[in-house]
Amino acid sequence: MSALLSAEQVGFTRSGELVFEPVDVNLGAGQALVVSGPNGSGKTTLLRVLAGILAPACGRVDRNALLAFLGHLGAVKGDLSVRENLQFASRFCGRPGLAVNQALARVGLAGLGLRPARALSAGQKRRVGLAGLLVARREIWLLDEPYASLDDAGGELVDRLLNEHLADGGTVALSTHQRQPRLEQEPGRLLISPAGRPDE
Amino acid sequence: MIWKKIKVGFHKLGSPPVFYRVCQVVAPWLWAGAAVCAAFGLYKALFVVPPDYQQSDSFRILYVHVPAAWQAMAGYLVMSILAIIALVWRIRTTEIMAMMGAPIGAAFTTICLATGSIWGRPMWGTWWAWDARLTSMLVLLFVYLGIMGLYAAFEDKRKGARVACILILVGLVNIPIIHFSVEWWTTLHQGSTISFFGESSMDASMMPPLWWMVIATKLMFGAALLDRSRNELVEQDRRKGWVRQKMEATA
Amino acid sequence: MNGRPLLALLRRDLRLAVRHGGESLMPLVFLFAVLILVPLGVGPGPNLLAAIAPGMVWVAALLASLLALEHLFRPDLEDGTLEQWWTGEVPVGLLVAVRLFSHWLITGLPVILFAPVAAQMLYLPDRALGVLMLSLLIGTPLLSLIGGLASALTLGTNRGSVLLSILIFPLVVPVLIFATGAVSAAADGLSPQAHLGLLAALLILALPLVPLATTAALKLNIE
Repeated sequence: MSALLSAEQVGFTRSGELVFEPVDVNLGAGQALVVSGPNGSGKTTLLRVLAGILAPACGRVDRNALLAFLGHLGAVKGDLSVRENLQFASRFCGRPGLAVNQALARVGLAGLGLRPARALSAGQKRRVGLAGLLVARREIWLLDEPYASLDDAGGELVDRLLNEHLADGGTVALSTHQRQPRLEQEPGRLLISPAGRPDE
Repeated sequence: MIWKKIKVGFHKLGSPPVFYRVCQVVAPWLWAGAAVCAAFGLYKALFVVPPDYQQSDSFRILYVHVPAAWQAMAGYLVMSILAIIALVWRIRTTEIMAMMGAPIGAAFTTICLATGSIWGRPMWGTWWAWDARLTSMLVLLFVYLGIMGLYAAFEDKRKGARVACILILVGLVNIPIIHFSVEWWTTLHQGSTISFFGESSMDASMMPPLWWMVIATKLMFGAALLDRSRNELVEQDRRKGWVRQKMEATA
Repeated sequence: MNGRPLLALLRRDLRLAVRHGGESLMPLVFLFAVLILVPLGVGPGPNLLAAIAPGMVWVAALLASLLALEHLFRPDLEDGTLEQWWTGEVPVGLLVAVRLFSHWLITGLPVILFAPVAAQMLYLPDRALGVLMLSLLIGTPLLSLIGGLASALTLGTNRGSVLLSILIFPLVVPVLIFATGAVSAAADGLSPQAHLGLLAALLILALPLVPLATTAALKLNIE
């Protein structure tokens, strides 16, 4: 089985210095990876490199499937309604997935489709981001702190969505420093260490 | 074989300590050369060349004005080459050099504009004329200022240098277009433009000092570029090991 | 790859523009502010106004285009929609082109549509009106391209707007010269072909190159 997402000795430099020690990643269908590390260790940077948003300074990343990246910014336009945001997400990339209403019901936002996204709470915005993952089918999910600002029920929702996605032949890499995901299959773990700066 | 040696030498220059050392050794020689050429050129320009039959002595400002104008453009070309190298091979020292060229280029452009304006006063009777050359020089000054401003606006100096390198290349495409369009515009609006040199070409005896001054400005640009780049490198790397070693060695 | 993502982006950009109705009308407000203030400043003499009309309309078009640049990429950078551009299958250069197209629809097209009114108010000879509109049609996309490049370059800085004007000024010099030259030539009863040809050549040069440079600048700035 070929990997959906693989990276070899991939690193990223900021102001000419490595942000974290280069890492290897290899994710096939049904596999999950939890990226952990202290604040500022480069978890977000790694996920952004894997997503192709940042160009790696060394090593290489291979993406063999469509990809979804959910960052801490959420990529939601406050001036559009929830429904309009999701319609855009479904058209912008990937093959069609769940209908917008179904996706909203799935993440517990049924009936809020016409609200301007600006008016949502932080947790609700997170849920809109999750619904965005459902409206377009993409095999690789890269989730940066998916549990942030969610309540307990929200955390369980994320776990459920992850399990379904993995069972469906998808793959997930996520970063977290609070709640650990509870998955049916034990996920791989990757501890990132900030690159040492011998000069300092 | 030779190619390989050149390549290795090139990569060595990318290493900050080596680059620092090379600048430190080469720059004084360039300064000295510039001083000698400028002294010789200025002496000939001021005392040897006979006065012009129309402009008498005021034409002598040409020996500063013209070399400065040429250097303002040549400097941009140097920066463009450095910018291409910086963007393609991501060599940090060339990024820094490309950035450090901008203030020097801007200085030469300013000298060119100022001397042009001073020269214009007795020649045209005004401080400023919408002459094609002066106008393109003014636009070039803004190109230089844009590059400097863009680089300065970034906190991450490497990122700023790379973004400004893109701007340098945009300018490289654009400056000839600007020059052409401005010429086009002045010929349309003024009928006949006032030219510095008139119809007549310069007398052969007036040329040698000009060449000396041209060489002097080239050397001056090179020397200033190396010195500025060296300073910027030390400034950026002040917390790094090699700078500390250098400081301890000299202290 | 199909064009669906491009269409989706265009629709969303225009929808957002409509929702910010007031802001989107700024280009027209600007055009008319110039049209009213200039005669008040230089006097209502038809000869003088006719002589400066091409320049005035073009400066208004330039300012209108400049106004919207702060909002071209920055909101997308701040809400995270910009980084999503690199996660899809569509080449980012095409997304950039779509964004610039919507910028042109909002800032360039209204100026073109209202150019006849402007021409009347400034006593531009009737025979030059067609050329004025043609020059705007070729030239305003260039303004959007140049503005887009400049705003991409300054995206990572926090004092964008002053810098933006310094970067744009040298780049628009040729556009302004050829475009106003065409209109003035037509007003004087001369052929504007050479000017318009050069303007079109600029557009042809800029169309493939500017989105490339803009993409490179955006990429560096989201790091």
